[in-house]
Amino acid sequence: MNPAFVNFIYIIASILFILGIKMLGKAETARRGNIVSSVGMLIAVVITLFDKKIIDCSDPTSWGLLAGGLAVGAIIGAVVAKKVKMTAMPEMVALLNGFGGLASLLVAAAEYYFDSVKGQMPSDFSKFAIIATIFIGGVTFTGSVYAWGKLSGKISGKAKVYPGQKTVNAVVAMLTIAASAVFVVLGDFQSGLGTMIAVIILSLLLGIVAVMPIGGGDMPVVISLLNSLSGMAASAAGFVLHNNVLIVAGCLVGASGLILTVIMCKSMNRTLSNVLFSGFGATGSKSQKLDGEMKPMSTDDAYFVLEAAQNVVFIPGYGMAVAQAQHAVKELAEILENNGAEVSFAIHPVAGRMPGHMNVLLAEADVPYEQLKEMEEANRILETADVAIVIGANDVVNPAAAEDKGSPIYGMPIIEAYKAKTVFALKRGKGAGFSGLENGLFFRPNTRMIYGDAKATINDLVAKFKDK
Amino acid sequence: MEIILLLFIFTLAAFLGFELISKVPSQLHTPLMSGSNAISGITIVGAMIATAGTEGSLTATLVGTAALVLATINVVGGYMVTDRMLAMFKKKGDK
Repeated sequence: MNPAFVNFIYIIASILFILGIKMLGKAETARRGNIVSSVGMLIAVVITLFDKKIIDCSDPTSWGLLAGGLAVGAIIGAVVAKKVKMTAMPEMVALLNGFGGLASLLVAAAEYYFDSVKGQMPSDFSKFAIIATIFIGGVTFTGSVYAWGKLSGKISGKAKVYPGQKTVNAVVAMLTIAASAVFVVLGDFQSGLGTMIAVIILSLLLGIVAVMPIGGGDMPVVISLLNSLSGMAASAAGFVLHNNVLIVAGCLVGASGLILTVIMCKSMNRTLSNVLFSGFGATGSKSQKLDGEMKPMSTDDAYFVLEAAQNVVFIPGYGMAVAQAQHAVKELAEILENNGAEVSFAIHPVAGRMPGHMNVLLAEADVPYEQLKEMEEANRILETADVAIVIGANDVVNPAAAEDKGSPIYGMPIIEAYKAKTVFALKRGKGAGFSGLENGLFFRPNTRMIYGDAKATINDLVAKFKDK
Repeated sequence: MEIILLLFIFTLAAFLGFELISKVPSQLHTPLMSGSNAISGITIVGAMIATAGTEGSLTATLVGTAALVLATINVVGGYMVTDRMLAMFKKKGDK
């Protein structure tokens, strides 16, 4: 088939990706947008079968591997996508990201190796594209897998810092860049292959050491950044293969992922470099001494307060995801509504472990869309709210962000739970939040602590309403 | 010249990507991320070429196949999981 025709179809695929992303940005069209973009992917895959290099292939083994690879990947992907729990979505996204990055790395490595077998030295620009793909793909892969480990609790989610860490990371990064430069300059395959392997190892190492000092609460930023990087890796692979659909699609993802990363940073009033390099939350930082004491409350008393409440705001955080309490929360919300109260949910942009994490969980539990409020609107509602129920959220409701200039989170926009007449804080124990900060909200005179597993507590309240 | 053309495409796509995403409600951040994650699986096209376009080097073919499996998981898993999430959002819109 004429290569121009293949490229023409690639343009159509690119248009579908662009439309798909655009539609994904609006609630009414999001689902169709995803389908539009998947159709783009399908036609890109099908037309690639007519790519000159593939159509000229007479080796049955290659065809077998092509069909087998597609089939195996599709089955694994489908099974995982069906089985994964909504609460496990952050780690799922991280893992898929990592696979994309590694795939790009392998594509570039295979191309270079094939060039060496043919004995055709690629141009300096191609070598640059190859090593850039490997570099970005490698960092994306191990960074994502490490993030997956943190998110799924396989390794501690805390930021890991040690003395001299910044120096070690800088050295690893410099070595990777230096080895990449050597690769581009080298003229013979033998040393070229060796250098390529060195860059692969170094970039894999870099991904790990870079994510190590970043704690769980900063994961929304890290995941969207890694998403952006996996796009850039695909785009770089496009330069290796001189393939325009890879360049366009990869670059779209790279750019949109970067925007999302910046949005996440802004919602915490921190810079990207602060998130990536500061080791935030690793050390229990010193904040101002807090007056007052935490006042515990039993669910019996909480029930009476809720029974009389006219306006209730739920403020979910990562703790709700851990306790898998979203269905119980929805049940309680429904009961409160039937009891005549106005119910809403205040969602902080970085609550949870990935962008939009709380929205996904509450959607799974069937909480009506209209009840989910973004931060600004939620803060208006809270001014007249009778009860604010904080479920496993901490830093995003910490008044220190607005009041304590010495606090590391000073300036971060928060959900102003303290404005409500009464605040219930559902919490497992007295520990500090992800940032390691004490939360002044819990010491306020209008705050009552309800200790215990969030799901058990909510179920308890639900039972009390039903017994009535 | 071809390289310049490719860089030209790259630059335009970058600006387009920035423009497309600037005003997305936070409700949709997760599906947007996993949906665009599936698009980054476009490297599947590269993996296909690396699998069946490297005749004569079994090593390159096998490395390409590994890439193909990973990229396909990324694509299929990414689209399906995004659809699953958006299906949940959809239900409430209909109410």
